[in-house]
Amino acid sequence: MDSIMSIELEKLLDENERNYWKVTGKKMLKHWRLYLLFLPLFLTFLLWRYFPIYGLLNAFQVDVGAENIPVSQRAFAGLYNFRLLMFGSNSADFWVAFRNTFVLSFYGLLFGFPVPIILALFFNEVKNDVVRSGFQVLTYLPRFISMVIITSILTLLLQSKTPGTDTPGVVANFLANIGIISRENAEAGILGITRYFRPIFIISGIWENAGYASIVFFAAVVMIPKSRYEAATIDGANKWAQIRYIVLPGMASTIMIMLVLRIGELLNVGFEKVLLLQQANYAETNIISTFVLRMAGIYGGGRGNQALASAADLIAALLSMVLVLGSNFVVKRITKVSVY
Amino acid sequence: MLKRLDSSEIVFKIIAYFFLTVFALFCLYPFVYSLSASLSGADAMERGKVILWPLQVQFEAFSAVFAERMFWVNYANTLFVTFYGTIFSVITTIMGAYTLSKRGLPFRTFLSFFIVFTMWFVAGFVPQYLNYLATKNFFNLFTNDNKWVVVVAMGMAAFNVVLLRNAFENVPKEIEEAAIVDGATESQLLRKVYLPMSKATIATITLFYAISRWNGYFWASVIVDNANQMPLQVFIRNRLSEILNGGEGAFKPPLGANYTAMSFVYAMVVVAIVPIIVVYPYIQKYFAKGVNMGGVKE
Repeated sequence: MDSIMSIELEKLLDENERNYWKVTGKKMLKHWRLYLLFLPLFLTFLLWRYFPIYGLLNAFQVDVGAENIPVSQRAFAGLYNFRLLMFGSNSADFWVAFRNTFVLSFYGLLFGFPVPIILALFFNEVKNDVVRSGFQVLTYLPRFISMVIITSILTLLLQSKTPGTDTPGVVANFLANIGIISRENAEAGILGITRYFRPIFIISGIWENAGYASIVFFAAVVMIPKSRYEAATIDGANKWAQIRYIVLPGMASTIMIMLVLRIGELLNVGFEKVLLLQQANYAETNIISTFVLRMAGIYGGGRGNQALASAADLIAALLSMVLVLGSNFVVKRITKVSVY
Repeated sequence: MLKRLDSSEIVFKIIAYFFLTVFALFCLYPFVYSLSASLSGADAMERGKVILWPLQVQFEAFSAVFAERMFWVNYANTLFVTFYGTIFSVITTIMGAYTLSKRGLPFRTFLSFFIVFTMWFVAGFVPQYLNYLATKNFFNLFTNDNKWVVVVAMGMAAFNVVLLRNAFENVPKEIEEAAIVDGATESQLLRKVYLPMSKATIATITLFYAISRWNGYFWASVIVDNANQMPLQVFIRNRLSEILNGGEGAFKPPLGANYTAMSFVYAMVVVAIVPIIVVYPYIQKYFAKGVNMGGVKE
């Protein structure tokens, strides 16, 4: 009895299942045009985003040097490359790059994050629309200039004293004049001195990004209803109290979201900028991406160990994915809004 | 009744204007200096006298840049990649995002995930590099112009797809249904209903693509190996490193010229920035919009 019941039930479920696929199949046939429209996007992502993922297998295989052996036919090496990378004789370079990545982005966050918020507060203070958009347009501008141009300008402004000239680059000269850096360092070229690399990277990052990043915060400030300020003024709140009790709480959720998103991006330090700013001391200023590019010989010539480079890359990619997904999860929790 | 300004408000206003002025100048100064340096005479540059304004004005550095054939060849390459690359990316994105915006379409979630996943996990540099090389070899069967590899294989952005998908999802269903009742086909629906109603977002993603194409450097620099097909960014970068490293064949102003090699680089920088500065005032409002849409959806 029982078994018959279950057979009947199974039949019914089968039927449902079959019907589901029938309906789905019909729907898909009916909308074949939509799938066709999606095809080009699908192909570009499949060919140039997903195919390379398969190539990451080489992190678990022996390095084949310059030989042209396809990934599918290389000898399996287990975790050998990872061990070599992390504990091998040349592991110090990797750990320097690993540490640099986090330190660079952590300081970038620490010093770079508050600036756009402050900018947004000040933009809100300029009541004349023309003047305000003037300020805004000027501060967004560097964001749209290419990294090559940005780094070229930085390199020239901070340039060493070359034969035939009296002074180093104009900004290096200025910094030496006001005593922030020594004249010897300025004349030797501060871009090539490891301990100046971070401040240069971070301050120029503020120059590039702060204005553009302020857009989001400015939108949040503008959203705060005027009536709150009026009520506060009647209660005798001065400007500082208004900022403390109205403006900052009004921006709090935006600030939280942006902060969490930025933490998710911690590992995505702009590699182009690092690559283009690096001088002869690149082993000390490397981040993981530039370490990988140089190790693989993709940039700067010479062929290193590509399997080792891929191992480093895979570690970074996985860490980065954990951070991004973690931060998205937190944002979802705070706001009930999905980022993607 | 006149609004009484609290003293704290006046103080804050003064601080705000002061800080904004300083910051705006900080943002602008490197560009102003680049222009001045490109226009200043050799002696003023070598003595380090140029601080803000051009001194001993000359236009020879610009003439030298204009006379450089490769500069223009590479400039044209950048225009080529920006033009065709933007068209390719935008059309692909519009078609794909339209499909992704259709609620109830079988496998829609999967397809969305297929795109979004690439924002979370990026295959490493080595496999990407080998993949691009393979692509180049394949393209070489049809054309020796590597610019097409840059146009087709590089520069699609998942973020822009998501941005446009969200905009398409916000097109009111009633309008779509009315159009369907009137007998609109899928392509009419897309062209006559969805596109006009998402103009702002399409403008935004077009500009995002165009800017990233115009600025594209890294992959083009390692994949394109023919100097005639290089984009401008690669040319400028190579010229700068040559001059700074002072190697053989680095650019040197001819004897008796009144400008330095640095002025020459600054002049290249200025010529490369000009198109951005010219269109920038007209397009910057779309970027502000794009950021605020920010991919955040309900």
